[in-house]
Amino acid sequence: MKKLYIFLLIALLFLLVLPKFLSSYVLGIFIMIFFYAYLGQSWNILTGYTGVISLGHSLYIGIGAYMTFLLTLTLGLSPWIGMWIGGIAAGLMGLVIGFFGFRFGLKGVYFVLLTIAFAEIGRLIILHLKVFGSFQGLFITPEFSFANFQFKENIPYYYIALGYVIFSLIVVQLLERSKIGRYLVALREEEDAAESLGVDVFKYKMIAIFISAFMTSLAGAFYTNYLYYLHPGTMMSMAFSIEIILRPIIGGMGTVLGPVIGSFLITPLAELSRIYFAKAGYEGLHLVIYGFLLVAVVLFFPRGVISYIKKALSRKQAEQK
Amino acid sequence: MNLTLLFQLAISGFLLGGVYSLIALGLSLIFGVMRVINFAHGEMMVWGMYVAYTILVWTGVDPFFSFLVSAIILFILGYLLQRTVVNRILDFPEAMQVLPLVGMAMVFENSARLIWGPDYISPQSRFALHSLSLGNIMIDTPRFMAFSLAIIITIIVLLFLKKTDMGKSIRAAADNRTGALLVGTDVNKVYAVCFGVGTACVGAAGGLLVPLMPLSPHIGAPFTLISFIIVILGGMGSLTGAMVGGLIIGVAESIGPELITNIFHGVGLDFDFPHTMKQVVSFFILIVIMILRPQGLFGGKKG
Repeated sequence: MKKLYIFLLIALLFLLVLPKFLSSYVLGIFIMIFFYAYLGQSWNILTGYTGVISLGHSLYIGIGAYMTFLLTLTLGLSPWIGMWIGGIAAGLMGLVIGFFGFRFGLKGVYFVLLTIAFAEIGRLIILHLKVFGSFQGLFITPEFSFANFQFKENIPYYYIALGYVIFSLIVVQLLERSKIGRYLVALREEEDAAESLGVDVFKYKMIAIFISAFMTSLAGAFYTNYLYYLHPGTMMSMAFSIEIILRPIIGGMGTVLGPVIGSFLITPLAELSRIYFAKAGYEGLHLVIYGFLLVAVVLFFPRGVISYIKKALSRKQAEQK
Repeated sequence: MNLTLLFQLAISGFLLGGVYSLIALGLSLIFGVMRVINFAHGEMMVWGMYVAYTILVWTGVDPFFSFLVSAIILFILGYLLQRTVVNRILDFPEAMQVLPLVGMAMVFENSARLIWGPDYISPQSRFALHSLSLGNIMIDTPRFMAFSLAIIITIIVLLFLKKTDMGKSIRAAADNRTGALLVGTDVNKVYAVCFGVGTACVGAAGGLLVPLMPLSPHIGAPFTLISFIIVILGGMGSLTGAMVGGLIIGVAESIGPELITNIFHGVGLDFDFPHTMKQVVSFFILIVIMILRPQGLFGGKKG
């Protein structure tokens, strides 16, 4: 375990000095790696630790992004403050969905559908609001300053995105060590048994969905101020929800490092293949590959890449002894 | 409130609802037998649409005939999909079954985009813009034909399940898998045929929809969702439920926005509920039905 921490520390130091040596373009790819690792981690808190699958996490990032934007527009509030308010709004939305889902015992596919239904309603409502540019989407003219969360260069975004990932790792690590985290794992593995031992299943699932929605929505502020363009058709679509879940599934659900590993594996591949195929005139081919990848991973490596790394490491340790 | 308009909308929604019923029938059949939700259902329907469209462009044969080809091609695709992917996930936890089929949905959607391009197309079929009039009410001819054909196909599928040996095996496997195995049924083959019949239904429905709406690779997902809503409304695995649910959702989506706009105006809100938000009506029905009656209208015992 100690070795892992030393490794992570070295990796962190490496990532901290890395921007000195990279072009703005490569930095952009790293920013996307961190962004999706953070989102995957936030999703992982709900699905990885409780076992209920959400396919509607794009709703929370949408709430975060639009709330932050709206607060800046109307009250002139800095996104640094607005994002927390957006987070609470998304968390409350999560509680509403959780209430319907958990109180009425919707499981498996039913819960998946509930999350999709709410996300789609949210997408359609925002699509029809004039404040948010309805069908044209929303272009944001950046005014570069730290308070505005808008920067000319990629380097500040790189460090902020890295900060997001570290924040999420700390949250998940704390959660996993806490009583709440253990209850969550217990009820994922054997819900009835956990309940009969006196774990308040409803309460802990509600806590999980609140934290997950809250954290997902924080990424909305980043998304807005990094891309300067918001459209519910891309950011709040089911396709985006699938983007979010792909990396933790490939990396390994229900583990602290799974989503990060998944993002390091998939994001560069995704970014490069998307650009490469689009140039070659095969727009959409990368999504076909994603689809097959999702099928293959669930069929052949349901525990994710991390389980193989763990196995390899433990074998090595056994050999050393 | 304009009653004629409302009645007109109800009729047109009812007719479209017949096609919805056929789509949902496929989903319900697959779920009833394999307990698997086909998350690629709408995307497979889009393939059915494109097959009919391609035939229309190449040979000029109207989609109201070529939907048969769509059904056959989708049967083959469904059969292969069951053999390669679905058969392996039957024993997975329910939540994990979702993901490979979501992956297949992406494959179908984006391969359609690669083959047929990303743009919206509205092919001109022979019956377009014709309409029948019944007093004040106008009935769109393509809609009426699509409805009638969808009902005929539904009856044929039900007869197939009731009368043929294969149909009986499918129902037997749905009732009791172990029992079917014990009496020597080739369950794997039965499952694959059943999945194929389910996707053939949605393929045929796709063909019928070509004259009714513009097609693009990305219109599949809403249909997947609509068919889930219908199946949950009618009751998972209940074929009657799928048919009745399809008609209810068709009418609800059609008159819902108009009714809600009227209610808004009635309470003094100057806000129109746009027709592009009609799905919100179905999603609302979904949430209500999942909470109040999760087994659906016709899903009595299994829930």
